[in-house]
Amino acid sequence: MTAALKIFETPLYPYARTADQDAATPARHKVVVIGAGPIGLGIAIDLAQQGVEVLVLDDNDKVSFGSRAVCYAKRPLEILDRLGCAVPMVDKGVEWNLGKVFFDTRQVYEFNLLAEDGHKFPAFINLQQYYFEEYMVARVNELRAAGAPIELRGRNRLTSIDPTADHVTLRVETPEGAYALQADWLIACDGAGSPVRKMLGLDFVGRVFEDNFLIADVIMDAEFPTERWFWFDPPFNRGQSALLHKQPDNVWRIDFQIGWDINRDEELKPENIDKRLRAMLGEDLKYQLEWSSIYTFQCRRMEQFHQGRVIFAGDSAHQVSPFGARGANSGLQDTDNLAWKLKLILDGKAPESLLDSYDVERIHGAAENLLNSTRATDFITPKSETSRIFRDAVLDLAETHDFARPFVNSGRLSVPCTYDGSPLNTPDALPGGPARSRPGSPCADLPVPGGHLLDRLGGRDAPRFQILAIDTPAPASFAAAGLECEVIALSTAEAPLLKDRYLGEAAGAVYLIRPDQHVAGRWQSWDAQALAAALARAIGKEG
Amino acid sequence: MADLNTTRNTPRADDVYQMLIDAHEGLSKAQSDAFNARLILTLMNHIGDAEVIAQALAVAKR
Repeated sequence: MTAALKIFETPLYPYARTADQDAATPARHKVVVIGAGPIGLGIAIDLAQQGVEVLVLDDNDKVSFGSRAVCYAKRPLEILDRLGCAVPMVDKGVEWNLGKVFFDTRQVYEFNLLAEDGHKFPAFINLQQYYFEEYMVARVNELRAAGAPIELRGRNRLTSIDPTADHVTLRVETPEGAYALQADWLIACDGAGSPVRKMLGLDFVGRVFEDNFLIADVIMDAEFPTERWFWFDPPFNRGQSALLHKQPDNVWRIDFQIGWDINRDEELKPENIDKRLRAMLGEDLKYQLEWSSIYTFQCRRMEQFHQGRVIFAGDSAHQVSPFGARGANSGLQDTDNLAWKLKLILDGKAPESLLDSYDVERIHGAAENLLNSTRATDFITPKSETSRIFRDAVLDLAETHDFARPFVNSGRLSVPCTYDGSPLNTPDALPGGPARSRPGSPCADLPVPGGHLLDRLGGRDAPRFQILAIDTPAPASFAAAGLECEVIALSTAEAPLLKDRYLGEAAGAVYLIRPDQHVAGRWQSWDAQALAAALARAIGKEG
Repeated sequence: MADLNTTRNTPRADDVYQMLIDAHEGLSKAQSDAFNARLILTLMNHIGDAEVIAQALAVAKR
């Protein structure tokens, strides 16, 4: 009996010979992306939508094997919507809001993500990574069919790189032999083990955690609600933690902490996984094992995210523990930050030094993620006896005392990064304005006539700066620093949530919004001089 | 910003100290350790000010 092939067992971008392999001199490409995971495809789609020629090389020809990353937060969904991928993800994905934490046999805590009203996207969805990548590959093909300059080459493995001041030369291995290529820019989205990073001998510094986790993704008809359940020290996994989380197609993510000193081959034997599952879910459990894996992790990052013409994004630049859904989610914030900057540089509209702000802003984001992820890991797997005593004391108290619940840390879930202190920000000039919309923050969504605010913000086909004028007079358009800005005039009469999310105590406001939907500056009323200066600063032309 | 009170602040010092010792009566070492951890967390929440807690940690460190 043969089961139908899973999507991750099917070559979606099989190897095909290209003219580059027969070229007498290496073909030159504008941007080459290494790695066709979510981050590599994300940056490629973003650039191609803006008309930038981009070639993706992947050593494989399939989407990721097994579910892998399964939690996607609202901010990356908003980014993916701009890339034309979010709607199928939300349609297929499982929405959830409630998380429960158990200690031994008792429920000690529950949290509700309490999605705020008026957003186009939910707080979180769960979706197998292979579906996510499948939708992205479909989007690549759709763009290509429409004439966008994007190409994805399967089974093209990078073997060496030679960076110079204005381009990078690559050697690539294929089933039919090697060939050479050149790229004006190289973007390494080749994961935590990044071959590009290793070829360049760059450091990846941080903490190593001596622990193993066993993932068993099982297909079962279970009655459990669509909630995130997390156990500390349960009877079925003494002294360790466990997680249960639902994915589409009745697939359940089960994650057991199993300690450092283990025999991987033994642990991965289906009969041993079966024992763990039955201890957890009952002896009469009926299930089918879809995928299993043992993972370890580290919390570390590169010191700089770009070196001349080589740029790192996603896990190649920073690696976190999986608790909190910060891997793919932060990687997509990297590409969102990078795409418009690179496009402006390629068009000669911004200096190459604008890329330094990619390092500043995304290292800020990575540092935040590493801090949260390291703390969650320390809580989940205490590193000393005293640390465990305090952890258990928190869980004991949390069952009956609300004050202890904020200390419970089973992973602080990914929230969007605010670029406080970025050199691209213009100091806040909106007295009484809400803190959530201060310069550097991502714009909060809300309903506006005809749809949602975020549908109208950010560039799909170009890196578009926009000006949002709320309850204050503004001209129809604005140009400065070599850029045209669209002016969007809105009133609290037609979109009442603007008051809470963008005005606060102010009677009116003018916001300068970057192409990645982050606030660059804000004022009480229209001020052409201030806007021009802020725009120049936001594209690295000042200071 | 509040400061940690490191002057005498416990009028019934002997009584209060005895309460602490009595609370540990009959507990094993492990139970006492767990008790102390719960007590510290409870008092830490009562203080609620990271600055004051940092000062208290410095006092305890000596």
